[in-house]
Amino acid sequence: MTTTVANPGLPDGTAELNRTWPSEGVTRVPYWVFEAPDVHVAEQQRVFEGPSWNYLCLEAELPNAGDFRTTFVGKLPVIVVRDRSGEINAFENRCAHRGALIALDNSGSAKSFSCVYHAWSYDLKGNLTGIAFKNGVRGEGGMPASFCMADHGPRKLRVDTVGGLVFATLAAEAPPLREYLGDEIVARIERVLAGRTPVVLGRFTQSLPNNWKLYVENVKDSYHASILHTFFTTFGLNRLGMRGGLIIDKSGGHHVSFSAIDRSVENTAEYKAEKLRSEKESYRLADPTLLQGFEEFPDGVTLQILSVFPGFVLQQIQNVIAVRQILPREVDRTDLNWTYLGFAEDTPQQRAIRNKQSNLVGPAGYVSMEDGCVGGFVQRGIAGAAGERAVLEMGGASTESQESRTTEASVRGFWKAYRTAMGL
Amino acid sequence: MSDTFAQVAALNARYARCIDDGALGDWPAFFAEDCLYKVTTAENYKDGLEAGLIYADSRAMLVDRVSALSEANIYERHAYRHILGAPFIVEEGDDVARAETSFLVVRIMRDGTTDVFASGRYVDVVRLGAGGPLFAERVVVCDSSRIDTLLALPL
Repeated sequence: MTTTVANPGLPDGTAELNRTWPSEGVTRVPYWVFEAPDVHVAEQQRVFEGPSWNYLCLEAELPNAGDFRTTFVGKLPVIVVRDRSGEINAFENRCAHRGALIALDNSGSAKSFSCVYHAWSYDLKGNLTGIAFKNGVRGEGGMPASFCMADHGPRKLRVDTVGGLVFATLAAEAPPLREYLGDEIVARIERVLAGRTPVVLGRFTQSLPNNWKLYVENVKDSYHASILHTFFTTFGLNRLGMRGGLIIDKSGGHHVSFSAIDRSVENTAEYKAEKLRSEKESYRLADPTLLQGFEEFPDGVTLQILSVFPGFVLQQIQNVIAVRQILPREVDRTDLNWTYLGFAEDTPQQRAIRNKQSNLVGPAGYVSMEDGCVGGFVQRGIAGAAGERAVLEMGGASTESQESRTTEASVRGFWKAYRTAMGL
Repeated sequence: MSDTFAQVAALNARYARCIDDGALGDWPAFFAEDCLYKVTTAENYKDGLEAGLIYADSRAMLVDRVSALSEANIYERHAYRHILGAPFIVEEGDDVARAETSFLVVRIMRDGTTDVFASGRYVDVVRLGAGGPLFAERVVVCDSSRIDTLLALPL
């Protein structure tokens, strides 16, 4: 008998994956990674159920004991619920009996959960607490006396929060959340969310016609923004004298891209000449109030896109704050769940500005609608090209933090983290 | 048939024809200058969540959306076909009426693919009388919380 170790370093029971990454490393991305069913299956196990932290919801969406939401870790259905002690728990939305969904609503309030199929019931920590007809009927039937409820239950996830965002992991070996994120990413999350109370202003699902990683690449790609999204340029709204940068954590998987007003150049002759030229040559907004924002952050940062591996985005685009959850549905279908946020501390004027500026983002967003279709352009473009590779050499081969955003460093960073998780 | 019903039905018919024929430049003229046009979902609407996929509180913002679609935004060529129900007049005053109208919108892509893109209802406040009828408010409440790929052309 021969034993093959297909995936050294990965847990027992890990599905085999016979794939070899191009020898160039992260400057090349083989197209099979977006198309192959075996990769898609392995990702669920190695990425989403591996030692990563997955965004579930906001703490603010579970204000009271018993409040729950249903969501996903990759494709795995999950219930996230606040229990009577105030703790947030997450467990599989899968009955321990025959596998049916336990909760059938997007959200609600529950004292306990009961599977509709055979009424096996669960407490708010995901413990199996009751079985219909456990002792049979009139002494007939029932479960064997040896059946121990404590040995059965949906898998429980480890839950932690940062800045009011609820994350969970299935892997015992995952480091604590803050360690996973690193200090710089934590600081950039708290910069947007800490010290105030988020209020959900709307939830939308954008169904993307492409593999989930094509959307992640797009989020990480600071090179495409001014080329694909021409709204700001067309309307002469690009601001000279912006400074910015790119932060990439050491795993490569998390990043922050930001730009801020550089007030030191606003009075220079060059700035004024460019402003004049732009005002002459471009279209004007008929209603310029779209971009009359308010100063929300003392650091002058007007754009911050932050991602957490594998599929979470926190965005600040001017005064539009939103979180995005990226979930694979099929090899070539992805759900992008948008949650638009305001804060309980907002004045009515500030809230009105957020609503108005939300035209910039989402499926109909002036600076984001292209992101919904460009992944599909790639997915369709690479059909039949599984043996070919994408080139990621803008800015060299590094995955380091830097001031220039004309680089693909954070896209390469994603592939670095992905290859680690996948053992590729 | 009441005069209000006939006016709202005719306004709806002209509105749908304008978008489906690709005459987007004429679309803002269906709205009052200080209008509200919002696209949202049934779930957000029921929960009273205020954000919109598109949110315009002036006709000028609709003009900007049309310019952005023609001059700035990049998307694959496609068209809509609106199928409208009869308007239900919820409330009617001297020069204003509240109405709701069901819609079904199919989207026809460049390669001929035709899909149901959205269904839902328009929740409208229609300004009647001189210069009218015009939409003072048109809240597009999509039945589904899901938008396929992108929402470029208005609903």
